[in-house]
This record gives sequence, structure tokens and C-alpha cells, in this order.
Amino acid sequence: MAAPATLFDKIWASHAILVRPDGATLLHIDRHFVHDGSGNAFRMLKEKGLAVRRPDRTFATPDHYVSTVSHDLASINEPHRRGVVEDLEANAEAAGLTLFGLADRRQGIVHVVGPEQGLSQPGMIMVCGDSHTATHGALGALAFGIGASEVAHVLATQTLWQRKAKNMRIVVDGPLASGVHAKDVILAIIVEIGTAAGVGHVIEYAGSTIRALGIEGRLTICNMSIEAGARAGLVAPDDTTFAYLHGRPYAPKGADWDAALAHWRALPSDADAHFDREIHLDAAEIAPMVTWGTSPEAAAPITARVPDPADVPDAARRDSMQRTLAYMDLRPGMPLTEVAVDRVFIGSCTNSRIEDLRIAAKVLNGRRAIIPAMAVPGSGLVKAQAEAEGLDVIFKHAGFEWREAGCSMCVGMNGDLVAPGERCASTSNRNFVGRQGKGARTYLMSPAMAAAAAIAGRLTDVRQFLTRP
Amino acid sequence: MEPFARLDAVAVPFGTPNIDTDQIIPARFLWRKRDDGWGHLLFHDLRFDDTGAPKPDFALNWPAYRDARIVVAERNFGCGSSREHAVWALYDYGFRTVVAPSFGDIFFNNSFQNGLLPVLLPAERITALKAILEQSPGGRVVIDLETQTVTGPDGAIDRFEIDLFRKQCLLAGTDDISFTLRHREHIAEFENAYEARVRWL
Repeated sequence: MAAPATLFDKIWASHAILVRPDGATLLHIDRHFVHDGSGNAFRMLKEKGLAVRRPDRTFATPDHYVSTVSHDLASINEPHRRGVVEDLEANAEAAGLTLFGLADRRQGIVHVVGPEQGLSQPGMIMVCGDSHTATHGALGALAFGIGASEVAHVLATQTLWQRKAKNMRIVVDGPLASGVHAKDVILAIIVEIGTAAGVGHVIEYAGSTIRALGIEGRLTICNMSIEAGARAGLVAPDDTTFAYLHGRPYAPKGADWDAALAHWRALPSDADAHFDREIHLDAAEIAPMVTWGTSPEAAAPITARVPDPADVPDAARRDSMQRTLAYMDLRPGMPLTEVAVDRVFIGSCTNSRIEDLRIAAKVLNGRRAIIPAMAVPGSGLVKAQAEAEGLDVIFKHAGFEWREAGCSMCVGMNGDLVAPGERCASTSNRNFVGRQGKGARTYLMSPAMAAAAAIAGRLTDVRQFLTRP
Repeated sequence: MEPFARLDAVAVPFGTPNIDTDQIIPARFLWRKRDDGWGHLLFHDLRFDDTGAPKPDFALNWPAYRDARIVVAERNFGCGSSREHAVWALYDYGFRTVVAPSFGDIFFNNSFQNGLLPVLLPAERITALKAILEQSPGGRVVIDLETQTVTGPDGAIDRFEIDLFRKQCLLAGTDDISFTLRHREHIAEFENAYEARVRWL
């Protein structure tokens, strides 16, 4: 009998083509996503006189630079932004890639589109020139972000050299309290282990809390694996996974479905598989979370106060916290619920799926935002689904702008920016200095908490909005 | 890719941990082409104020660090976004090595593809090195890839680990693609067997 193996071990072994003397393994890549930030990789390929080896395994959609006001290409006013979207469409056409272009309802954020189309499947290795590629791990795939040179390498060879990472398992057990969602779980995990803990590891999320989440919640958790330092995070495929995939456009059909299912059922980690590191969290202890600083590990329950640098013994860390509080313009010791917010962004590859919009709409229903706010669905199909359910009406009645799909204000590359000094309650994944715009102050939270912040105009505990007046 | 030569250069210490790639190169510049040149945009918003004038509190703007070619950084340097532009900006500015106790995984990989050497040293040694460099700004550090050593301004020598393959690639200035293409037959053979097994792809 084979030695006990983790899900990650099994996927790795089934994709290993050869091993270099130094231990790096050449891995076969099942799916490769390219987007409007992939232009430099296509240019590298061209300079070497190489073609895309497997156009049938390569899928393209523009997301970072697209306007969320209109999906008419001409509406992208800045020539450089329009240029990169045009480049992607031209590169996709020239190489014969499948393109979900701007005019296609299937267009959207690449990490929303992949699962939605059934392209992301258990046991696959998937890559994309974007650090949030770990998202697809929610379906039981090994998925990770790569740089432009590696994108060019995959385009040319459909392979990638990698050294095998270590196995880490994060087990979350117990039911989540009302008002607590997947985003709170991953923020609590990052606070627990820190932003560098996952470096060199692949994280498998397990436990009854994770099992009870739908695929959308699992996508949110895997998405932020990189914020814990890990290039990849995954969840073992189960009946929830199979039910989600069944019938999706690129999911296997008929006899292929049966064969795939048999393969997928054998993928979960063996009971006695070895993990190099194990972390346990009790779901009952997780409250709605917000970040207060400029790194995702600078997060706390909404009931907490802004930390005081004076309480930090290490001088370097104290300095760093002081700089952070100065940037965020926060007073040590002030209750987080007293932090005023200037605008709200609901969207990004972390939280722009239908479930996220439903959760936010439930809080917003019959209430009004008192600050500028926008909702940006993750794909054209998510937008259409939300509109079929009337969620767009709830958002608009609440004073939200209802936009077209794209990465938008998570990274601001399309011009959806937070102004200098403004505080933004955001469902995105990074609160880095300047991430949402120069001088922008980002507070990360769940869609429920972002909706609550829109209503209150400050950071606020969504649980007070869960009972109807 | 330029071969990596022995480096004897000024090292600049950065005090903060988690220097992410958004700080190294802000997102609004990323639409540019590789060949457009990136050095002048490195750490743009930390280096320059709103009028484009150098900020006096940022180390790279100090005369002592004008010729810095080595960064000595805190944990988790290059975390965050996968943008290879962060490496291009460091490289085009003139940096050839970043020494840190840990790196963002993707940044670490991207570095090797562009001739930038990321060196891992224990956190205690980084703290000591930084203290020396902060005490006498402009101090020089020697990076010898051949012998895998870092020599501090104090003369102390630390050995660092690096994959033999990556070391050879850096020394020779070769990238991965040309190496991998030599294995075309292996790749095709694997694909055939794999696709017979995983028919539903």
C-alpha cells in the first residue's frame, strides 16, 4: 500500500513529469488563466519566437483594467488601460485561446469565472499570473499565483518548475455564530498565525466549520491564503464540491462525470497523512472581524479597541505599529466602532460572488447607506443572477452604485480609486499602504460588515442589524 | 538575463517587516512594458511626495545610499501581489541582492528569473547587520554567490543556502524556459499518458 498522503501530496505526485538533481519538479499544468495584466508574458514569448503550447488549456478574461461603469471597450478613456485590454483580446485571438471578452456575459474576475464555468476542478494544478489564484483551491485544486516569467514559461511549455512546499493543516471546528462569515474566519486565521506563517507551505483548510461552508465561502477562505504567506490553500473535495460542479459548462459530462467523480473521491488526505504544521481554531470564538492596520494580520474583532503601541515590548514592532496608526490616522485605545468610514466597496475576487451579494443585500434591505458605496459583481453572470433575484434593486435603494464586473477598487488599476486620506470599508483582500489608491486607508471586512458600515458611516457590528426593527 | 557577478556594494537597511510589492511598485504603473524601464518608479510613493520631490525621510534619498546595490530587509519582504514588476523595479534601479529572514514566495521565485539574488539569513543576523548599517550609513556588504557567503561591514561572514540549479542559472545568466524546452519529449510523453488517464479534461 502506498504511504499515507495529503491531498496536496496526491495532486503533486500525479503531475510530476521529472525531477531535477536539485530537487525541483517539473509539473504539468491543467489550466492556465491569463488576464489583462499578462501582456509582458506574451511579449517575452514572442521575443523568444515561441508559441502557446496548449491553447486548449489556456483561458483568458480581462478584469484588472476594465471599466465597471460600462463594458463598452471605448468607454475605457485612458489609452494605456484600453491598450492592455485590447492586447489581451488580440493575444487570445492570435493564439487561439478561449476568451471571455468584455462583450461576453461570462467575463469577470478570473478567480470568479474559473469556478463559475466549472473550469476549476478537484485534483487539477492551476496557475495564473495573480497571487489570488489560490482561490480555486476551494474546489480541491492545487492553484497558485506566478510572476510574468513563469506565465511565459507555462504558455511555452504547459509546465512549471517548483520545489515541493510543506503541508500545513488549519482545522476550524464548530458552528459559526450569526453574523460571522467565511471572511471573518480567514481574517481570524491570519491574526492567529501571521502573514508570513504560510511561506513555503500549502495550507489545507479542514474541520467541521469548513465542511459546513458552501463553495463560495470556501473560495473566500482559500483566496486569502496568500495573505497568510501561502501560495496555495485548498479544501478536500466533497459532496458540496461535486454538487457545485455538476452541470457547469466545463464540468465533465455523462460517463466522463462518473470517471471524474471516482477520481475525485480518492483525493482527500488519508486519515494518517503527515502535516508539517497543524493549527486549530474554535469557530465559536470568531466574531465579525475588521482590520485596523496596513497588513491583513492587523485585524481584530469589531468589539475590540485599536491597539496601543505602548503595550508592545519589541522596539521595532512598536515603531512599525506607530507608523501604521499614523498612516491610518487612528488613536491608540479607541473603540473600533468609533472609526468613521468615508466609503464602502463590496467586490473583489475575495467577496463578489452571488452568496456575498445576498449576505450584503440582506443587511441593506430597507436601509440606506449614508456614505458613498458601490457593489461590483465578480462576473457578468453573477450580476445577471443578482438582478434576477432583485438584489440590484436592494443595493440601489440603499444608495449603492451597481457596477459591471471587474477587479475595480480592490487594486484601483481601472481608475476606481479611494481618494488620499479617505477611509474605505472594503470586502477585498489587502489593506496595504496605497493599495486602493495613494494615501487610501483600507479596512477589510466581510460583505455583511461592509453593508453595516455603509448604513452606520463607521465601523460597526453587523449583529445589531440582524434583527429587523 | 545578465549573469550574477560577485557584489561588493553599499547596503541599505529597511526597518519595516512585510514590505509588500504594492509598496515596491504601485499598481498604477503596471500597465507599462518591461522594456520601458522601471528603476525611477521603485518605491515611488515612499520615495517621492505629491510634487515628485524626494522625501527626505526615505533612506534611498540619502546621499550615503545613492549607490546602494543591496537591500537588507525585515521578514516577509516582497509579500502580496505576484507582480514581477517589483523585481524589475529593484533590478532596474541597480539592486542585485535582497537579504532578508524570509520572502514572499512568489517574489522569491520571480527574483531568480531576472538576475536578482534573494538571500536568506537568520533573523538575528539581519538585526545585527541592520544595526551596523544604521550606525554607519553607506557601509558595504560583499555577496559572493560562488562561495554562498555574505560578508558584513563588521567582517563577519555568513553562509547562505541556495538551490544548486538556481545558483548555476544565476551565474550563467540563463532562464528556465530554454532549459525546459530541452525536455520537450518528456513533456509530450507525460501529456499523452496523463490525458489517457484524465480523459475529461
